[in-house]
Amino acid sequence: MEIYGTEVNSRLLLGTAQYPSPKVLADAIQASGSDIITVSLRRETADGSGAGFWELLRDTGTRILPNTAGCHSVQEAVTTAQMAREVFGTNWIKLEVIGHSDTLQPDVFGLVEAARILCANGFQVFPYTTDDLVVGEKLVEAGCELLMPWGAPIGSGQGLRNPDGLRAMRAHFPDIPLIVDAGIGRPSDACQAMELGMDAVLLNTAVAKAADPVTMAAAMAQGVVAGRQGFLADPMERRDMAVPSTPILGLAEFG
Amino acid sequence: MNLIVNAQPREVTATTLANALSELGFTGPAIATALNGQFVPREARDTAALNDGDRLEVLAPMQGG
Repeated sequence: MEIYGTEVNSRLLLGTAQYPSPKVLADAIQASGSDIITVSLRRETADGSGAGFWELLRDTGTRILPNTAGCHSVQEAVTTAQMAREVFGTNWIKLEVIGHSDTLQPDVFGLVEAARILCANGFQVFPYTTDDLVVGEKLVEAGCELLMPWGAPIGSGQGLRNPDGLRAMRAHFPDIPLIVDAGIGRPSDACQAMELGMDAVLLNTAVAKAADPVTMAAAMAQGVVAGRQGFLADPMERRDMAVPSTPILGLAEFG
Repeated sequence: MNLIVNAQPREVTATTLANALSELGFTGPAIATALNGQFVPREARDTAALNDGDRLEVLAPMQGG
């Protein structure tokens, strides 16, 4: 899969928050096989606590995707993106403009505005959005080369709330990479997203908050691969009635 | 001069952003700065003048989803 001109092998993008320890995080990243991990920027303490985390990230050899998590305004998101570009040395930015503190639903109006500003300033934007088709069009017009619709609210682990909406997005944007971001709870959710034709899945809490994050990271990776292969294999149509799979012809009669 | 640094009141003698960071102990390479909500690139810190009451944000890499 190609993302902003970069070839990536894994279709699973992994977040780095909420792991029980730095070692579990590093092991989970390795088990996931992810090429891309998400990170954030937060207030630094004078003891330089952020430096250690940055060293851990670089040791993973993965591509860094900084986010603007927690930003509620266009200005906050743009400033955070600018700061992230300097610290992480990448034009990639996972753009979040949050509209509501409880639902963490994207403020799609602010999102489009911020995307327009950032794309014009050379950023390569990964917009965290809803499955609204018109918003998706506006984001593409703004310069986004991919879209990241939510599956369910961030951290909820509910799975895909609106599979039909994602299916419609796939049909509406056949050539735009679609990455389901947020709401995945189980490997079957990741698999379902991929079966729908999504190009990749981004998740964090489902792995970090599993009792065994490393095993769950591996399970998610397998779910993504299985779903992708299932999509490519073009599944059979559902039927309302049973149809025997064993041939009737040649069936013995004993009566 | 009184500043608000990462939402905490701090007093510094420095008059530029670069000197204030040094005085406050923010010496690590992996930090980014914003003054009164506006990003200040690393190369502009030496010339970024501070005023009493300025709000300074100093951010560093952190876990994120």
